[in-house]
Amino acid sequence: MSEAKARPASLLALYLAFNRLAVQGFGGVLAISQRELVERLGWLTRDEFVETLAIAQVLPGPNVVNLALMVGDRYFGLRGAMVALAGMLFMPFLMIIALAAAYGQLASHPVVVNALRGMGAVSAGLIIATALKLIPTFQRNPVGRNVALVLSGLTIIAIVRFQMPLPMLVLGLGGLGMAMAWRGLRR
Amino acid sequence: MNADLLSLFLHFLMLSLLCVGGAITAAPEMHRFIVGQAHWLSDTQFTSSIALAQAAPGPNVLFVAVLGWNIAGLNGALAAMAGIMLPSTTLVMLATRWARANRESIGVRAFTAGMAPLTVGLFLATGWLLAEPYVSAPEHRLTSLALITATLALTMKTRISLVWIVLAGGLLGGLGLV
Repeated sequence: MSEAKARPASLLALYLAFNRLAVQGFGGVLAISQRELVERLGWLTRDEFVETLAIAQVLPGPNVVNLALMVGDRYFGLRGAMVALAGMLFMPFLMIIALAAAYGQLASHPVVVNALRGMGAVSAGLIIATALKLIPTFQRNPVGRNVALVLSGLTIIAIVRFQMPLPMLVLGLGGLGMAMAWRGLRR
Repeated sequence: MNADLLSLFLHFLMLSLLCVGGAITAAPEMHRFIVGQAHWLSDTQFTSSIALAQAAPGPNVLFVAVLGWNIAGLNGALAAMAGIMLPSTTLVMLATRWARANRESIGVRAFTAGMAPLTVGLFLATGWLLAEPYVSAPEHRLTSLALITATLALTMKTRISLVWIVLAGGLLGGLGLV
């Protein structure tokens, strides 16, 4: 696996990068994380992004927060993890508390409801685009590209059609993927 | 009040390690405790806390801060966030270091490679679940689909900052066009 070439120059750069991506992340931070960490800063390759997320996903806690901890720890150890975490949470925390304090008057206003619908549709598009950009990493996946595509398709069906809880999904389809990856790596 | 803060903190502390796949997966259990058992919030207050956090910038886990804020102000927000973050953060740090130390082992490589298709599938499913309420409402179907398609095209083909696309979506929605 090729490693990313760039890295954060300092703890401050790390804090600012995560702060920047967190405050841009309306309706979730995943899409913007991919854009910033992989495409703009180059701290992770696409493959590293997928693999880091694969671990972040199965651990308890918010994926993107886990991702921040893992990236921070990789470059600056525990201090880096805490700085990345602070960057991810501090400003959005202040913003959301301010919003919550004002929300009573805003919540029922039709313009607000309509604006939230527009933003919601865009958030849906952003996360779909992120997934589509990660599909090329399947080329190098030891389970093989076609098997990986089938596993992704089955995951969508399991969630959308059968509302399968995540632990079951990880054990079932995740276990199947891991077994096939194991076999691919042994060859 | 202090007893409430402590029990809020402890309840979220307990839930933290169960939040595999994001804090939102524990929302039904939080609802049971906060609305059903402790009667700290009404049903509507609970739901609108989550909607607010989804729309605001930042990780969605901040809906926990909004719940805490609505229960007990700033102290409530801090207690709830500390509870939900402490155990999972500790575990993530331990697991990350272990995985990095063993990253060349066949077990860790099979794990990350085998989980990758699931991760991509989860994103696509999340995108679908977010879009579904808009697309299934007949009066919003075509405009929502057009907006999602435009978002896909702009994100895949240009390097325009994502925040502009989100704000444009909010503007179009606010003007009653979506």
